[in-house]
Amino acid sequence: MERWEQETLAPVLKKRPERKPRFETVSLEEVNRLYTPADTTEIDFERDISFPGEFPYTRGIHPTGYRGKLWTMRQFAGFGTPEETNARFKYLMTQGQTGLSVAYDLPTLMGYDADSSLSEGEVGKCGVAVSSLADMEVLFDGIPLEEVTVSQTINAPASVLLAMYLVVAEKQGADWKKISGTLQNDILKEYIAQKEWIYPIRPAMKLVTDTFEFCNRYVPRYNPISVSGYHIREAGATALQELAFTLRDGIEYVEWGARAGLDVDEFVPRISFFFNAHNDFFEEIAKYRAARRIWARTMKERFNAKNERTLQLRFHTQTAGVSLTVQQPLNNIIRVAIQALAGVLGGTNSLHTDAYDEALALPTDRAALIALRTQQIIAEETGAANTIDPLGGSYFLEALTKKMEDGALEYFRKIDAMGGMVEAVEKGFPQREIQESAYQYQKAVERGEQTIVGVNKYQMEDEPAEVPILVIDEGVRDHQVKRLQQARDRRDPGAVSNALEKVRQAARSNENTMPATIEAVRAYATLGEICDALRDVYGLYEEPAF
Amino acid sequence: MPERKIRVLVAKPGLDGHDRGAKIIARALRDAGMEVIYTGLRQTPEMIAAAALQEDVDAVGVSILSGAHNTLCPRIVSLLREKGLDDCLVLVGGIVPQEDIPRLKEQGVAEIFLPGTSTEDIISFLRENVRPRE
Repeated sequence: MERWEQETLAPVLKKRPERKPRFETVSLEEVNRLYTPADTTEIDFERDISFPGEFPYTRGIHPTGYRGKLWTMRQFAGFGTPEETNARFKYLMTQGQTGLSVAYDLPTLMGYDADSSLSEGEVGKCGVAVSSLADMEVLFDGIPLEEVTVSQTINAPASVLLAMYLVVAEKQGADWKKISGTLQNDILKEYIAQKEWIYPIRPAMKLVTDTFEFCNRYVPRYNPISVSGYHIREAGATALQELAFTLRDGIEYVEWGARAGLDVDEFVPRISFFFNAHNDFFEEIAKYRAARRIWARTMKERFNAKNERTLQLRFHTQTAGVSLTVQQPLNNIIRVAIQALAGVLGGTNSLHTDAYDEALALPTDRAALIALRTQQIIAEETGAANTIDPLGGSYFLEALTKKMEDGALEYFRKIDAMGGMVEAVEKGFPQREIQESAYQYQKAVERGEQTIVGVNKYQMEDEPAEVPILVIDEGVRDHQVKRLQQARDRRDPGAVSNALEKVRQAARSNENTMPATIEAVRAYATLGEICDALRDVYGLYEEPAF
Repeated sequence: MPERKIRVLVAKPGLDGHDRGAKIIARALRDAGMEVIYTGLRQTPEMIAAAALQEDVDAVGVSILSGAHNTLCPRIVSLLREKGLDDCLVLVGGIVPQEDIPRLKEQGVAEIFLPGTSTEDIISFLRENVRPRE
């Protein structure tokens, strides 16, 4: 290396210096000119890299990689009424999509009904509007829940939406023991990043633990949580912060489950993860590989896990919404393709590719279709799925994977010293770290150190491609309010108020709230009513100023 | 007498929790020497107008990424005017489709800043358009 620097490199640098004094990733981490075996001396193949399907799973959890089974192509979709979203689901499935993923609108995410005054202007805008079982029945009409796996992006009111899902499955004649799917249900990252909370942190963690317990017993093939770094990254975290905070959140859930009396080797295999795929190709691949290694080691060392499925981190990936630009929006197709390829080379188990128009609005049919086709091209044309962990052994990538692991463990130590993730969140630690990174990134963009094509470089006065966007009709709210009213008129008011009282009692007495929630859903109590019952007992979260 | 600092209320109306932009703007305006009050999340138009009056601000910067701008922004403007805050500028930042921009401006929004805007552009806009006070 020294010889090369002196004899070969130095004369060239003298003639022509490099383009910039410092090269860095999108997380503003410095990248060296060259990586050599000297950068991987601390890495031992057997101990740190090993074989796919074997501890510490750096190279993947399946011994056949994607040669056995491709990742699940799971496009997140939801807008307007349940009828419209049901039609989009069916369209995507006829085009070769292999799993469903529901996006709910903001009132649903916040536990308000479509007719609440707080829902004005928001019904059906950012996702599909669901206020009661009547909406959920329409949403999954003609979609057999025993066969299709459905992922639901819902957090603060997740237990209520899970209850609605289970009741719809039951009405279809599906066996709860056979149905599979995923509930996002990651409340910690709401306080940290996405900020769609309802109750204070500790009761909210209790609701999450209730779903673990319930699913472990009655819906054993269902993943009751998807611990999410996606939103942490979108809020401005670096790749390392995304990795560290997400895995530390995962540890927190394992601790809460274990404290509730669950066996780690029984419930942890059903915990799944969700990561972002941002622009810096190698940094992202290193992040996924490090995630698997850290999780395997942590489960073994910290929780003494014995079941190998407890050690295997499974994750979903979504390309970075925040990287999409309003300017020259067709460029986003290219960004998404490269980000998705990083997810695949990192061994993701399922993938969502963003549509090119998502910096403008929710995707049109056409944009959603190109996003799906992008995955199909990566899977079936590029050869990326032919061999397992094709970048394993790269000096650069292995050094980066190790750097990610070391950095994450350093964050774990800091958070452990605070007493755990709940305490760290109460102190505002991850929130402040993320805000700082977001600000530094913005400054780097404004100084031109980070390039965004079409935004701070290669801008155009008149952009050639106007793209059509999806407009959500303001009539969605009326439509939803009408169905809500019909559901209220048809139900037995006495049964509803009894059921809601049972939800309150379960919350007060610290019992598992799931059985009472399911009874309330069956009686067509609405999402807003059930969340209000829990608000009565738990109160509301108020974010301190950080 | 030192020049009065520009006072800005950064507001997040609606149910949307995406506050990355609002917080970056708040900090950038502060770094530029302005006095900034951030409302926190999920403020109704009534709460925002009341805060603007109480804090005696020169401008309200409204951050919306949920698509609810057509419902919320005109209401914020008219509540400010009802309270006699005639010179208080209303700026909107976030995801707003091109075709909604002319109508929002007619309804009294001073400027709409779309994704990709530099914080410097917002700072200059405020310096040029906030009316100097007696």
